Amino acid sequence: MKTYEQINDRIESGKAVVLTADEIMDYVDKKGLTAAAEEVDVVTTATFGPMCSSGCFLNFGHSKPKIRMSEAWVQDVLVYTGIAAVDVYLGATQLRHGDPANMYYPGEFRYGGGHVIADLVAGKTLQLFALSYGTDCYPLRELRTYFTIDDLNQAIMVNPRNCYQNYNVAINDSDATIYTYLGTLEPNRKNASYCSAGQLSPLLNDPTYDVIGVGTRVWLAGAHGHVYAEGTQHAGSCERTPDGVPKEGAGTLALTADMKQMRPEFVRGVSFRGYGVSLALGIGIPIPVLNEDVLKRTCVRDRDIFAPVIDYSSEYPQNTGKVICHVSYEQLRSGRIEVEGQKVAVGSLSSYHKALEIAHLLADEIKRGDFPLAAPSAYLPKDTKMKPLVTREKPS
Amino acid sequence: MSETVTKKLMLFFPRCECEKPIIYHLVKDHNLVVNVYRAKVTPEEEGYLVLDVTGTEADIERAMAFVRTFNVSINTTGKGVIRDEEACTHCGYCVPYCPTGALHIADSATREVGYSEAECIECLACIRVCPFGACASAF
Repeated sequence: MKTYEQINDRIESGKAVVLTADEIMDYVDKKGLTAAAEEVDVVTTATFGPMCSSGCFLNFGHSKPKIRMSEAWVQDVLVYTGIAAVDVYLGATQLRHGDPANMYYPGEFRYGGGHVIADLVAGKTLQLFALSYGTDCYPLRELRTYFTIDDLNQAIMVNPRNCYQNYNVAINDSDATIYTYLGTLEPNRKNASYCSAGQLSPLLNDPTYDVIGVGTRVWLAGAHGHVYAEGTQHAGSCERTPDGVPKEGAGTLALTADMKQMRPEFVRGVSFRGYGVSLALGIGIPIPVLNEDVLKRTCVRDRDIFAPVIDYSSEYPQNTGKVICHVSYEQLRSGRIEVEGQKVAVGSLSSYHKALEIAHLLADEIKRGDFPLAAPSAYLPKDTKMKPLVTREKPS
Repeated sequence: MSETVTKKLMLFFPRCECEKPIIYHLVKDHNLVVNVYRAKVTPEEEGYLVLDVTGTEADIERAMAFVRTFNVSINTTGKGVIRDEEACTHCGYCVPYCPTGALHIADSATREVGYSEAECIECLACIRVCPFGACASAF
């Protein structure tokens, strides 16, 4: 048994023993669970992939004369201005003004909110265009200027949903190509795609939310941030393996961090042909080895984690909930899965390579004493379910 | 008989040379076997061609000297498809779309994506599917 204080003391003195979730399984196999739980202080987990429910609050400071922005665009991408005068929220999936979207199907969606966020973190000069109706205290009615992230008072990433615990494997049962947020899917189950770091993914190493909670310090694209709430659509109550590992999406995290501290290689705009734009993010979360149980759960392997295979041509869009079968991440990583007797080529949208890099970067920071752990101030709910949207007649 | 080799080339034809049957002469006069992957003539009447040539080193050398007499520039690295190493995140999404395995998982432990240029047949599938815009066409 260890406490956060004991682990942080060891981190501060540069003596902490830190392993990645990729290394810990073999280590525990070799040393035994009890001895390893004594020795190891932290296991680092990580993920890198598109996370649509991401965005940021920006504060521009006041112009002379002042403006209360009522509509604004950054790089021609609409930002939300329904907050204070010069605060805006820039969302990852917002399209650029004039983008033909899917008018000429499939659309290319070359640039949007996710790309603006990536450009901002990369230090590029961006255009702000804002309009206002004008008030006595904020008389300016139109503004066009150019800025970089250094000119902003604050650039705070605030993501309502990141780090999906597990995710669907998408497949196409129809006889035409379809374009989805899980990529282009060829007809008649010719290919499939998935999106998870599997055994390295944060919430798959803490499947019942025993250590990761509100207040947990996280590595968000190189910045030190934290979990500020359960993520949207967090639904801990779901089908699980006997070891408690979810067999579907399940848990999510809401994360925030200062964008001025982020590293551009872990903040990337993405374009999905025929679907839209998004943002790919790199996230690392340390798991404190408080006891043997916590350590045991970080030893989960790809072969023990199962994802549901779902038809994205009909079952997913019609919200039927039908699952064709489950496949393990070991099978997914092999590049080929078997779906009802048919071999299907499969690709990943989540980069295990980058996730591994992040797990090591975080481990190095902890070993150097630069990343103290924060105990959660509240835990994520374990038993909530995801509700559908019921469309009703207007109540009389 | 000398040993034959295969080389991948990208040729750029300036405006004045586009209408000349240069490839025909590679076959007829220089004994080369040609396999064209991709060709394009722009509205400016410039031309791009990516092809394999197979023949003896001496024949290929002679043929290239012949091609150069037409002001055609030869890129022997054959880069019709360019992979931006910085933009690639090694997610591996492109891998099942690549028909020849030119894009492949190079290391099963780190899941690093490798690119074997020689295997690329310039189908351009990777350009269509890469969400990060890591692949691009030279023309």
